Amino acid sequence: MTRGLHVIKAGPALSIQDLGRPGHMAQGLSRGGAADRLAIAEGAALLGQDIHLAALEMAGMGGVFEAAQDMRIALTGAPMRAALDKETLHWNAVHILRAGQRIEIGAATRGLYGYLHVGGGFATPEILGSRSFHIAAGIGAPIPEGATLPLGPDPNATGKPVLLDVPDRFSGGDVRISPSAQTHRFSQSELARFQATRFVRTSRGNRQGVELSFEGAPFAAQGQLSILSETMVPGDIQMTGNGNPFVLLPECQTTGGYPRIGTVLPQDLPKVAQAAPGTPLQFTFVPIETALDTFQSPDEILSDLKRRCAPLVRDPHDIHDLLGYQLISGVTAGNEPS
Amino acid sequence: MNANTDYRADEEGFPRLSNIGLTGVLVSFADQLSEAANRAALAFRAMIEAESWPGVEETATSLTSVYVGFDPKQAPHAAITAAIRAALEGKDWYGAPLPEKRALWRIPTAFGGKWAPQLEEAAALAGVPPAEAISEITQQTVRVMTIGFAPGQPYLGQLPLNWDIPRQSALTAKVPVGALVVAIRQLVLFTAETPTGWRHIGQTVFRGFRPETPDPFVLRPGDEVIFEQVTDTVLENIRAQDSSGNGGAVREDIR
Repeated sequence: MTRGLHVIKAGPALSIQDLGRPGHMAQGLSRGGAADRLAIAEGAALLGQDIHLAALEMAGMGGVFEAAQDMRIALTGAPMRAALDKETLHWNAVHILRAGQRIEIGAATRGLYGYLHVGGGFATPEILGSRSFHIAAGIGAPIPEGATLPLGPDPNATGKPVLLDVPDRFSGGDVRISPSAQTHRFSQSELARFQATRFVRTSRGNRQGVELSFEGAPFAAQGQLSILSETMVPGDIQMTGNGNPFVLLPECQTTGGYPRIGTVLPQDLPKVAQAAPGTPLQFTFVPIETALDTFQSPDEILSDLKRRCAPLVRDPHDIHDLLGYQLISGVTAGNEPS
Repeated sequence: MNANTDYRADEEGFPRLSNIGLTGVLVSFADQLSEAANRAALAFRAMIEAESWPGVEETATSLTSVYVGFDPKQAPHAAITAAIRAALEGKDWYGAPLPEKRALWRIPTAFGGKWAPQLEEAAALAGVPPAEAISEITQQTVRVMTIGFAPGQPYLGQLPLNWDIPRQSALTAKVPVGALVVAIRQLVLFTAETPTGWRHIGQTVFRGFRPETPDPFVLRPGDEVIFEQVTDTVLENIRAQDSSGNGGAVREDIR
């Protein structure tokens, strides 16, 4: 029997993602990688493994998956309805799957991108040092129904199930930004109006970027038609031709000529990536020095998250067949509802 | 927060430094494309790469600027900025030579006709009949000024002044891989199927990005290109016979 994880049913956009391919911007290739990088770190912390291992990114909806070997899994990112047999699974937690067991992962209840991690990571082929599907560049392919995803060796196979208490980053809200190369081309009053404006994520968006709509006049920059194309990075807020801002995400183009009013702090970018259509977002400039105070490298993020992992205690309400469990020498407590 | 935020107003003159988010600095050598500013950007990036500055994670050039991406935990913002300023002062970057190990490419191209429907429109904007437009483009050696937007995608220039034509106000919904498009005295040879505001004047079978090969990025900044006119039939024959992505192109080293 083939080992790995069988994809019995696939949601519309399943892809393998890790932290992407840094180092190729000069050749026109953006880093790509998981839309929500924090979710990759959370999965690595939960499973006690390397942050560079690859996970399955599930945009909007999961699928049905069958274990072809015993494995540990973790679920992170946008919370989705998930069940193993008929038992509801905790999100942001580790679970054990035995060979032959199936998990069902439904639609996101908040946010957009959910992640299924496995102990040892998915061992699909690497291209240019990463397993990430880069849709815009045509590197890799989406994961179809019927696929079997190979697993790497689990470095921590006997690890105890743990969970993480994760603050909500799936409902929009306040997002901090820092100045960018063209911020000075916007007047002080335009910058003030930008920060006072309530934006809404439109239905236009993908792993390259998301469009925001708002009430009011377009935000105009001085000399905005004469800007020479320059390097762009994920988080940049571009003022496009139709006046709607676009926040760039990991698969963005590497250069562009639209003026950028600012750049979302890396630590706040998951909130933008996870904003489903209709989600409100608001932006506040913070000085670079303040922003750097809360900036963490991926390794620092990982070790913080590891410290926050707590043992997963089974809640009796989650146990589907309570009578099937031997509580005390085969005797149940006797007060279950009949 | 608004009142005391440092928005980094324009510095006077060039080279000019600005922040790109928390983890990047942009070094601009000009706000208009020129040969000297392009060479300065290529040489300045090559210097940082050769010296492997600690904490620098990624560098890239656009037409006239260099992006320096770094880990602020390893290389504090102020330290990177100071190092960049010191390096800028140490040399006349505008007088720097072109990169070493460059190549000259001859790429078969079908102009106009069914493969490239906007040749006549572009020629009219450039003020020449289509046949003259083709000879202006094929008789000039153009240089890869930067790679960007999409993987391996070259911006080539500079064309004569009459080719300072604007982009279209409306986008063409899709041009294919290998499309040769023109605007603002530059050519772009598309490496991915994409919408564009540039005008589609020629078609090649050349793929500038070949992710299936060990060296997927084919062209490098500083490389030179001659687009050699072929008929539609010749282009179709090349397409039928070529699976490498080279599209009949011939490469030679520039010495």
